[in-house]
Amino acid sequence: MENQEKLDEFQARIDAGEKIEPKDWMPERYRQQLIRMMSQHAHSEIVGMLPEGNWIERAPSLKRKLVLLAKVQDEAGHGLYLYSATETLGIDRDELVDQYLYGNAKYSSIFNYPTMTYADICAIGWLVDGAAIVNQTMLARSSYGPYSRANVRICKEESFHKKQGYEMIAKMASGTPEQQKMAQDAVNRWWWPSLMMFGPHDSDSPNSAELIKWQVKLKTNDELRQHYVDRMVMEAEAIGLEIPDPDLKYNEETGHWDFGDIPWDEFWDVVKGNGIMNRERMKARRAAHENGEWVREAANAYARKKKLQQEKAS
Amino acid sequence: MSDRNSNNDNWPLWEVFTQPKSGKPHEHAGSVHAADKEMALQNARDTYARRNEGVSIWVVESKHITASTPEDMGPFFDPANDKPYRHPQFYSVPRAVKKRS
Repeated sequence: MENQEKLDEFQARIDAGEKIEPKDWMPERYRQQLIRMMSQHAHSEIVGMLPEGNWIERAPSLKRKLVLLAKVQDEAGHGLYLYSATETLGIDRDELVDQYLYGNAKYSSIFNYPTMTYADICAIGWLVDGAAIVNQTMLARSSYGPYSRANVRICKEESFHKKQGYEMIAKMASGTPEQQKMAQDAVNRWWWPSLMMFGPHDSDSPNSAELIKWQVKLKTNDELRQHYVDRMVMEAEAIGLEIPDPDLKYNEETGHWDFGDIPWDEFWDVVKGNGIMNRERMKARRAAHENGEWVREAANAYARKKKLQQEKAS
Repeated sequence: MSDRNSNNDNWPLWEVFTQPKSGKPHEHAGSVHAADKEMALQNARDTYARRNEGVSIWVVESKHITASTPEDMGPFFDPANDKPYRHPQFYSVPRAVKKRS
């Protein structure tokens, strides 16, 4: 039972900076919030392979193709670290995948935008992975041990993702006029969705306070977003790209960059399933899962057969 | 759960331990699903050692692991608590010798 004493004890452990491990007592709500948040994170990594996978066959050189392949493979790995960590909370992988493909589990809306040119791949590496790092660096210090460790692993790899993207977009931004135009066009399209990756404003984020109280998250959506904007303004300037926000202005008082209104109507519309690529992404994910059914069955049959043979031989 | 899972293909869960360098102990890295032990090793390599994070990998089916529980943390580890004489700090040595070490 969740009596007050146990809850207080739990909170005291959190406040003392202790990590919570799978077998430790935890409030049911803590467990449920983690399952929701961690599986959403895992689904995002998996669906995140689609927009970039779209360009593997059309990468401009062998080098870029190798890099993109490695990056997409990493995203699969990140999804697997996170599913593995979520399973420690007493939920099966199958159930998580089922909630995602046929239920109402969510994934990050950023992956519901199309990748129309190769410059989008550059912009994703820089802007989208850049935002992911800000978020995941914080989550690497999360109070739930397995989630924290999964994010430590992810962050190590994510810095390669961001750096290769920044290098590519910088190269494009200093290329021919057409290339420069492509790079700027990609940034124009990815900037606002990237800012939305941090989630709604604190005042509209019902889960935030509780997640921070339990140190699942250590910073609010708006704090993380501000940190991101400050860094990206500097990085954009360094390579001669423009951030598509006329209200962007350095605030002497706060020492931060003020930015314009985020198009939240678009955000909620995409969350509700009406983004350009929502249906396509779900269709592709379901097809991948269902077309892989026979492979999973065959592997099981093979394992059973080998086990029988071994038993006979001994 | 839906009935999609009933005819499942459920591959068992395996815990993965990787040795970062020779001479170092194996450490828990995470888990993978696989139909058999060979596949578990391959999946572990692809998931947890894409960047030479391991020179050796162990996999063991999760159901075979027995672990102590947090509830018996106190009594279970109790026997170690009252034996300071197992630590070198418990003993005194002459001053002259101490300086040299």
